[in-house]
Order: sequence, then C-alpha cells, then structure tokens
Amino acid sequence: MVPQELRYTKSHEWVRVEGGTARVGITDYAQKKLGDVVYVELPEVGKKLKKGEVAVTVESVKAAESVYAPVSGEVVEVNEELVSTPGAINQDPYGNGWLFVLKVENEDELSELLDAEAYKKLIGE
Amino acid sequence: MEYIPHTRADIERMLRAIGVGDVDDLFSDIPAEIRARYRPLGLSPRSELEVRRELEGRAIKNRRLVPFLGLGLYDHYIPAVVNELSSRSEFYTAYTPYQAEVSQGTLTWMFEYQTMICELTGMEVANASMYDGGTALAEAVLMARRIVGGDKVLVPRSLNPLHRGVVETYCRGAGIEVVDLPFDEAGRLVLEEVPEGVIALIVQQPNGLGIIEDLSGLKERLGDAFLIVSVYPIALGVLEPPGSFGADIVVGEGQPLGNPLSFGGPLLGIFATRRKYLRMMPGRVSGRTVDVEGKEGYVMTLQTREQHIRRERATSNICTNSALCALRATIYLAALGPEGLQQIALLCLERAHELAQEIERIPGFELAFKGPFFNEFAVRCSDPEGVTRDLWEAGFAVVPPVYLERMGVERAFSLALTEKRTEEEIQGVLEVLREHAR
Repeated sequence: MVPQELRYTKSHEWVRVEGGTARVGITDYAQKKLGDVVYVELPEVGKKLKKGEVAVTVESVKAAESVYAPVSGEVVEVNEELVSTPGAINQDPYGNGWLFVLKVENEDELSELLDAEAYKKLIGE
Repeated sequence: MEYIPHTRADIERMLRAIGVGDVDDLFSDIPAEIRARYRPLGLSPRSELEVRRELEGRAIKNRRLVPFLGLGLYDHYIPAVVNELSSRSEFYTAYTPYQAEVSQGTLTWMFEYQTMICELTGMEVANASMYDGGTALAEAVLMARRIVGGDKVLVPRSLNPLHRGVVETYCRGAGIEVVDLPFDEAGRLVLEEVPEGVIALIVQQPNGLGIIEDLSGLKERLGDAFLIVSVYPIALGVLEPPGSFGADIVVGEGQPLGNPLSFGGPLLGIFATRRKYLRMMPGRVSGRTVDVEGKEGYVMTLQTREQHIRRERATSNICTNSALCALRATIYLAALGPEGLQQIALLCLERAHELAQEIERIPGFELAFKGPFFNEFAVRCSDPEGVTRDLWEAGFAVVPPVYLERMGVERAFSLALTEKRTEEEIQGVLEVLREHAR
C-alpha cells in the first residue's frame, strides 16, 4: 500500500506536503517490518532538525528503529495520541499513525524525495 | 558446544587459502623487538594428573588471610542453598536467554530479582543486572545525560576510588567533566552550590570512607539534575532506601548478596530507576504477562535498545549482564527475607562498632572521621603502612593506605566487618594494633 499523493524516502518515511509544512510518518512497508509498535519517543515541538537527523524512535516488540527527518525544518506539531495508542502506527500508518509535522526550511529539499512509483520500485512492489 | 582444536593440516589449509606462509607472518605488523618479548612459556606437555599436582603444589603456598576488606566487596556468609540451587544445570547451562521465551525459568527468576531490587532500593524499575557496581555507576551517569543534558557530574572525593576510576574513564570519552566534591570532618560530602550544566550528583551510601551520608534534601537542591545513589545492598537492611529521598537512579555492587570474594570477581551490577525513565535505562527487563489462553508467563519485555539489536545506536555498550551472580543474589535474598537481611546488617554494624570502640582506646589510634558508619571505618595512626604489614603477617587483610590516599585521606587504613568475623579474629587485630600503641 503506497498512496499516490505522498512523497517518500529511502529510509521508509512518508511525507505529506501541506502548504509550507510536511507531515511525516512511516510507511505501511516499514510498520509491517517492525511488527507491533509498543512505544514512540517523539521530539519536542520547536526542535530544529536537519535533513537526515534522527527525529523519532519507534520501538516494537523486536526492535527500536530511528525515524529520520526527511527534510530540514522545525517541529511544529507531534502526534501526542501515539503515547497512549502507539498501535495506530500499525493500524493506520498513513492516517492516525502520523508522527510529526515540520515547518519546511528549504522547499528544494522536497523535490529530492521519491514519488510513489519510485518508492514502490524500492520496496519491490 | 564442542571444543574442536585445529590440526596441523587445518592450519596449513587456512594459511594456503589466505596466501600466508607461516602463522607468525600474521603478526608481522607488530615490530620484531616487541614480538621478541613474548616467547612461548617453554612448558612441555604433561598429563592431567601431573598438571593437577603441580597446581595444587603451588596453591598450597597461598596464605589464607582473614578478610577485613571493604570498598564495595565484603566477606558475607553464603547459605548452602545458594550454591545448591544456582549450580543446578537448569539454571547453570541456560544462564542467558538467547531464545528468551523458551527459558521461562530464567525469565521467572529475573522477574523476582528485579522485584527484590526495587523493594530493596525503593525504586520502581530495575534491570536484570549489569556487569559490576563500577560500570553500573558509569552507565547511570550516561543515562542521566541522555535525559537531563549538561556536561558536568558531581563526584565526592569519598567515592570508592575503584568506582571513580571507571566513572572517570567513561566521562573522558563522553566529554563529561568530573567535578570533585570535598568531605567535612565527619567524612560526609559537602555540596556548596550546584553549578550550571550539572547532569547528576553521585552519592555513595555508605561512602568509600564507610560514612553514612545524609541524603535528605539533596534531590530538592539538585532540581532537574539527577541524584544517583550507589548502595551497599546489605546496608539497606537497616538504612532507609534511597528511593524515599527522591533518587533518580540507584546502582550498587551486588557481590555481597550471595556471591563469593574470588580474586575480585565475578561481580554484579545493580541498576534501578523511576518508571518514567524505563526506556532510557541500559540492560534488559523481564516482565510478567498472560498468554492468549490467560495463563501466566514471562517475556523479555525490554531489550530492543541493546547492542545486539541496535548496534552503534544502542542505549549502552554493555551487552552482557551478570545473570548467574544475579541468580545467586535472588536466592540469597529469598532465603533471608527482609528480617534476615536486617539481622545480618545489624550484626555487621554491631561488630564494626565494637571493634571501633576498642581501637579508639589504643593510644596513637583514632577513627579518621566522626560521622556515623555502618560496618566500615578508616583508622588514623602514625604508621599505617607498618600496621597494615603487621596485620598481613598476622593473617589479617585490611584496606591498605594507598586506597585512602586516593580519596584524599592521609595516614590511614580502613577495615570492614561482616557477620562472619569472630571475637577471636577481632581480638587478633586488636593485638597487632596494641603493639603499635604509643
């Protein structure tokens, strides 16, 4: 399941561009590989992240993986709901399972992201 | 796992495969003059019986000293049940759960161990053990920095110098400055002000001089910075647990709980913290749960941040724990119960205070500090080296002056007493000291 309207990274984050901001989560492929998510360590609102920097740690029953900032920017919103219901990442990775929203610092970085077709190719779909 | 030695043919095949003529060529990067220093021992092959005779002949020359030793390691009595149960092969051979959930017995005792450590320290979560007290303390500093930030750690001069060495080594690599805190005439730490950028204050309870620290009000003064307390677990039989003073992390050397003094190891690192910091804690945690049919079972509930899963992004570089030593601690604590532990602690305390009183009556000897102590105390005299040497000759081992000097205490040695020290042994020590009376 790779929604057409989203952008992707090689490290399996998805990005929804909403005006000057980017909503970020992990892909359906990534959540399946991780297994049941039991804990999410979110960044603080206001934190400035560089592209490729660790933004979130997602912990499942078998691993604790890093989620990287797909583009540079300031964290303006985080999904607090995940603290009590981390399983939303498994059930609805592109909806209620979103992780954080960045205020995009450099629009050019958005064009470097993968489109749905390129991401499908990456994961062999 | 079988032990399969390499035959000459194996070695030659391997050398051919990598295109090397001789095993020594593999070490050609090491300068010849250094290699020349390391020669074979020149021992000829001998039968098992011959080797045993040789080693027994040497072992018999060892002198058995009565240990009045301290600084974290203590000679407590180990009930027979500890050896009996911990050497059962169900525990002994399956000491680490690589396939955690099939090792229900191991997960069960780990859960019990964690529970007992929490009760003992007054904390909310404990891991399934760490390497030793020193590394547990250093890991506590690193964990505090992950949570608090900052670049300085406050370390009393009275901290066990062996633990201090480990902390300093970790801090050097991590870019953390170690700020020394002095002690007063009572031997208690003095915290004048809490500077900017403090990660944590380390308090050892009792401290390296044997003195019981006053933990009240410390956490309040630290604010967000962590209060890390390193404990002597037996002393917690009579002391209030650090958890009730707001400690953020409690660590300690667990050897005194059912593990022998054996040339300094193996040891046991105790590590406990607050529930909210669970995922920042190094090590693993066993948890109790129910399966799909509602039956009780145990799982390795927290290990996803360990090195074998997260590699260079792991919470800690320590990927081992001291499972067998922790098992022995669990059996020891279960056998004693809270009342038993309290009785042992009281015996240690009484013996030590009796000896201290007698020593103070000897002209030329005095306790180095006036603060309250548990079972260990420093003694000041004009010739501590001579006294230590004579005690050694008479068959008694005490903490020699060099360790006290490393804590900034001159002309002193120290000794610790456990429930195992007899009246005769105590009189023996006093006799030697009286020969040095002035």
